Amino acid sequence: MMLARLADHLYWHGRYLERAEGLARLINVNAHLNLDLPGTIAPGWEPLVRITGNEALFGQFYGEDVGERQVAKFLIADERNPGSVRSTLALARENMRAARDVLPREVWEQMNGLYLRISEQISGNLSKRRRHETLNDLILGSQQIAGMLMGTMSQDHAYDFILIGRYLERADVTTRILDVRADDLLPEQAEDVPAFESIQWMSVLKSLTGYQMYRRHVRLRVAGPDVLRFLLRDRLFPRSVMFCLKAMESVINDLPGDDDRALRATAALMRHLDSARTVRLKDEPLSEFIDAIQIELGEIGQLISQTWFQAGSE
Amino acid sequence: MNLADYMVSGFYDELVTPAGRPRAAARALWKYLKSLDADEIAERKVACEVAALVAGITFRVYFEDTGVDRAMPFDLIPRVIPKKEWDGISEGLEQRVRALNLFIDDLYNDQKIIAEGVVPADLIAGSEHFREQCRGFSPPLGVWAHICGSDLVRDGDGTVYVLEDNLRIPSGVSYMLENRQVMKRVFPELFEDSGIQPVDEYPAQLFDMLASLSPRPVEYPNVVVLTPGVFNSAYFEHAYLAQQMGVELVEGRDLVVDDDNNVFMRTIGGLEPVDVIYRRVDDEFIDPEVFRPDSLLGVRGLMRAWRSGKVALANAPGAGVADDKVVYAWVPEIIRYYLDEEPELANVPTFKCSEPEDLKYVLAHIDELVIKPANESGGYGMLIGPRSTRKEQREFAKLIREKPRNYIAQPTLALSTCPTMVPGGVGARHVDLRPFILSGQQTFVTTGGLTRVAMKAGSLVVNSSQGGGSKDTWIVDTEAAGRKEGGA
Repeated sequence: MMLARLADHLYWHGRYLERAEGLARLINVNAHLNLDLPGTIAPGWEPLVRITGNEALFGQFYGEDVGERQVAKFLIADERNPGSVRSTLALARENMRAARDVLPREVWEQMNGLYLRISEQISGNLSKRRRHETLNDLILGSQQIAGMLMGTMSQDHAYDFILIGRYLERADVTTRILDVRADDLLPEQAEDVPAFESIQWMSVLKSLTGYQMYRRHVRLRVAGPDVLRFLLRDRLFPRSVMFCLKAMESVINDLPGDDDRALRATAALMRHLDSARTVRLKDEPLSEFIDAIQIELGEIGQLISQTWFQAGSE
Repeated sequence: MNLADYMVSGFYDELVTPAGRPRAAARALWKYLKSLDADEIAERKVACEVAALVAGITFRVYFEDTGVDRAMPFDLIPRVIPKKEWDGISEGLEQRVRALNLFIDDLYNDQKIIAEGVVPADLIAGSEHFREQCRGFSPPLGVWAHICGSDLVRDGDGTVYVLEDNLRIPSGVSYMLENRQVMKRVFPELFEDSGIQPVDEYPAQLFDMLASLSPRPVEYPNVVVLTPGVFNSAYFEHAYLAQQMGVELVEGRDLVVDDDNNVFMRTIGGLEPVDVIYRRVDDEFIDPEVFRPDSLLGVRGLMRAWRSGKVALANAPGAGVADDKVVYAWVPEIIRYYLDEEPELANVPTFKCSEPEDLKYVLAHIDELVIKPANESGGYGMLIGPRSTRKEQREFAKLIREKPRNYIAQPTLALSTCPTMVPGGVGARHVDLRPFILSGQQTFVTTGGLTRVAMKAGSLVVNSSQGGGSKDTWIVDTEAAGRKEGGA
């Protein structure tokens, strides 16, 4: 029977690595939006600070100066920010280190190497071009670890907890990336700038490596409501919230114990996603809907922790 | 390999006679090594290093700023011992550990050996590892030191001596096992027909011994290895042994003791009962309820669980009392007292500074002797007389006078050597040997053990914490060698 402590570490390894990858995607999509949109409607960099939930900390270190350089430094290299790429990657590594004996050795070496490489690259001043390369390197490295695990690790409970951590965090990341767009950035007369709208949604899709899959499976021109449906409810695209929940549901179903609260909460969120039949962009602010999803994801996380990581500590 | 120039002077060499001929058990090895040219040797050396790296053989060295795992140097020339000689040593080790376990059990209970005046009473009073908390208790089978690692050395005349017994948490057995794996991978030809005895039974024997201690009469008791965690110097070994035995590697926080003194581990399926704990955490840290209250490595309530017989601990808390170097000096008397037998393995002649006669001699000859503190291990805090300065000698004399009970002294031994790969060829380097003795329902001694080698010319310090390396150790049955050939 698997030790709760190891399961806990593996789950958090999964979450932190996915979070680091998600942050890289988030920063990339924002950079693209700023390049593609005219200055009057470009989002700037302030939304990223808000979406990652670190406004107070940012203000403390950087004051009112919400420029690209400051935000990028804060979100990527700043060790004082527990949610920076560097901090989350370090946590992904430390959590894996604590459980490395149940993993294939090569996977640990990959994780260790990824951390060392990325933290060295971001230690100096990053040019925009190098920043993009480094973040892509991180995204690939994270995918590589997921692939190595899938290809070399017995699919036991240790593997299950990494998966749960990754899917739960990925669902959260996808909602946060939607948040970038959901931020009220388009002027009321959005119809006037349809070309730009399409560009924005394309950026969102590309940041999730979802553009091609969207074109293949949705076959519609890129439009807001369709992209939302795709990223929230598609059952085949591995970064859609629904896909992540479905994957979690099947893994959680195989875990030991009679406590099925986490399973029920996951199923409930899937129903909520499905029943919000049309996600309306204008009447009901998208960000409220997304906030609600994020709160439910947080609750699922707590139930997982209570159910499997805390034996004997009540 | 050019072995013609290999010279031994003044020491007993494990492989070569003073005349420069290979000893009988090493003949096949010698011939083989000679046949290798420089390229083949270099190739095998690299293969060894790669194999060790892949196996992840690392030893964390204390007091190093980097705190990085580093590979323990491995030397590819094995050390060879004839099986016949080893059988005798092995019996001597069993005898010794049997007596030591009886001694520990007596110390914590009736203390007959003191009452009868065989050893002095202050032997316990001054022992750092005597645990008052163990008084009046006797673990199952009366065994306290289930796993013992005794260090053996060979003197100039070929005599094998016991240098010390490690009865707390001896380490190094994983290197013994891994070294053999590496050698078999790099020199398969050598193992085919030369009567080398296998060593790989150890993890199975260890598991059987541990399982035999289970308080619950079940077929598969829950055995766990308790480690202080990844930052411990021997973490590699803890993980390795747990893996080899197929048991969980746990930390203190993974275990919990309930009000009825049952021990459980916290799993994703709830609390699972634990029967036997192979603990690699020091006494002082295993239970904050009884020992150091600030310990985060232990388990609250473990001592009461152990004393109420709900869980077995190996080694038993308090076993370290016989680890003390002053107790060591009395082991021959201890063997005679409990077993009514003569010791089969010799102690290094030892002066007990607690005895006035000995003290006088030690202070007068401090520049010739090795002075060892009673309770340190790993070669820390000792004085090697012939290599010390006057100032160091004066400082040690002062320490000894203040606490004579804390010191013993031994003559410097002419530690035996073994041919070892050194930059530019092969050189003689000093070695010792640490076999491991398992005591449960049955006793088991490893086939050979871990040979440690001082990598610097002339150095006597073999401790891995001070830069020593290791070698594979071959117990060779010369009668069995070649038998396959003859029979075919």
